[in-house]
Amino acid sequence: MNQSHSPDVPTVYLDHSATTPTHPDVVRAMLPFFTKNFGNPSSLYRLSDASRAAIAAARGQVAAALGCSDHEIFFTAGGTESDNWALKGMASARHQDGNHIITSSIEHHAILHTCEYLETQGWTVTYLPVDQHGLVDPGDVEAAITPETTLISVMMANNEVGTIQPVREIGAIAHDHDICFHTDAVQAIGHMPIDVKAMNIDLLSLSGHKFFGPKGTGALYIRDGIRLDNLIHGGGQEKGHRAGTENVPGIVGLGAAIERVTADITGHRQKVGALRDMLAQGIAERIPDSHYNGHPEERLVNNAHFSFPGLDGEALLLLLNSKGIYASIGSACSSGSEDMSHVLRAIGVPPAHGRSSLRLTLGDDNTKEEVKYVLDVLPQVIERLREMGSF
Amino acid sequence: MYNETVMDHFEHPRNVGEMEDPTVVVEVGSSECGDRMKLYLKIEDDVIVDVSFKTLGCAAAIASSSQATEMIKGKTIEEAWNLTNMDVVEALGGLPEPKIHCSVIAEDAIRRAINFYRKDQGLEPWK
Ligand SMILES: Cc1ncc(COP(=O)(O)O)c(C=O)c1O
Ligand SMILES: [Zn+2]
Repeated sequence: MNQSHSPDVPTVYLDHSATTPTHPDVVRAMLPFFTKNFGNPSSLYRLSDASRAAIAAARGQVAAALGCSDHEIFFTAGGTESDNWALKGMASARHQDGNHIITSSIEHHAILHTCEYLETQGWTVTYLPVDQHGLVDPGDVEAAITPETTLISVMMANNEVGTIQPVREIGAIAHDHDICFHTDAVQAIGHMPIDVKAMNIDLLSLSGHKFFGPKGTGALYIRDGIRLDNLIHGGGQEKGHRAGTENVPGIVGLGAAIERVTADITGHRQKVGALRDMLAQGIAERIPDSHYNGHPEERLVNNAHFSFPGLDGEALLLLLNSKGIYASIGSACSSGSEDMSHVLRAIGVPPAHGRSSLRLTLGDDNTKEEVKYVLDVLPQVIERLREMGSF
Repeated sequence: MYNETVMDHFEHPRNVGEMEDPTVVVEVGSSECGDRMKLYLKIEDDVIVDVSFKTLGCAAAIASSSQATEMIKGKTIEEAWNLTNMDVVEALGGLPEPKIHCSVIAEDAIRRAINFYRKDQGLEPWK
């Protein structure tokens, strides 16, 4: 546990789905590319050889993590850009084949708001419902397909409740109908094995800052033979598909980070899974009327998401903050119960549960001592708020 | 997000709890965000001699409840009636704009309690 504000208040960071610290090894790998090897990769002189070589190496690291070829990886400025590129690029590339997109109702806003934009441009979008655990039914995907459907986009793992979707099955259905399949894997990298070929994925988005890489870095996997219009126009970088002078240090950091988090996924799953289970079981045992949201098994190994009816999530978050525990909530009262997160609404969480929800997302930098501390503090804080709010 | 005064009232709310034998008890809720407050007043000769509350709500709702109860303690019901939610916000040193509405339940609760009391006394409720 890191010491923070005052000597007796530790810092326990349990918001890894929001972002992660850049790992010191990743920072070390990036540093030479700010100062010494600063050459523009497009320049022909020798100074730039190091930049070009570093980008090539990073491309190889990302490709290895996904089980694809290097030339199928394109660097972007993050998950949001990758999602925008996949959706807008595919929609416009295949606009003569059809104008229908299928997605789920629990996607990240990077997908949902892009779909809403496409709706204003003449596309129609089907937002598939999910069950109470957050699962998309592949049968619903199949049933939603029309002759106009050109793209199906369903996330690999949800950022709020952590539910993991049956991506391989959905991809197979897409391919049976000659439809492109995109998945937003921003939350999944490092937490589960990914093989884009075996999982029938044509397009995959990822983001560096979710796995101890730098913010503002990401990639889009574009399967060989998939034609996608450009999102960013300009210079000829990324083989003419994504313009703009490359973020060389960022790309190097992304490569180093993905190699690091995919080196031992089994070990990570054991370690973080044990911490998460200790946390979730501890909460269930110690806190009456606590409700575990999401799927009991098909969920991110680092995600625990609870509702504690009888209190307000923002109040809970701030009291935890004063105890040095950083987490996140599913809705705030400024937006009101009407504006409960779209994910919680889609899985049918009642408003009183939605407003009292807490997301705890772990990383392999967390320890057993930290989980014990949370299990000590959380019941007290919850009891205090519930006592103040019960009448 | 919140200033130190708000955080202090939120983390160490004044006058929290139930009251043994209050003169009036009211419960109010915000339809906007679901915050709820229960207010207990002990009134003697039109003076609020004791006050306590319970609140289910965000930090702004709890801090406003705490601040408002501090501001009406020892005051006449007329003085308390004239307390607005913006007086409470000002005393707290301000709230973020989207949280201003969370201070309204305290004002509502106080006014409703005062009118309950007046009706009990056979008097016309104030408007
Ligand atoms: C599922 C998902 N998709 C996309 C994004 C956006 O990624 P970025 O922050 O890199 O733009 C996030 C980040 O919160 C996410 O969780
Ligand atoms: Zn509120």
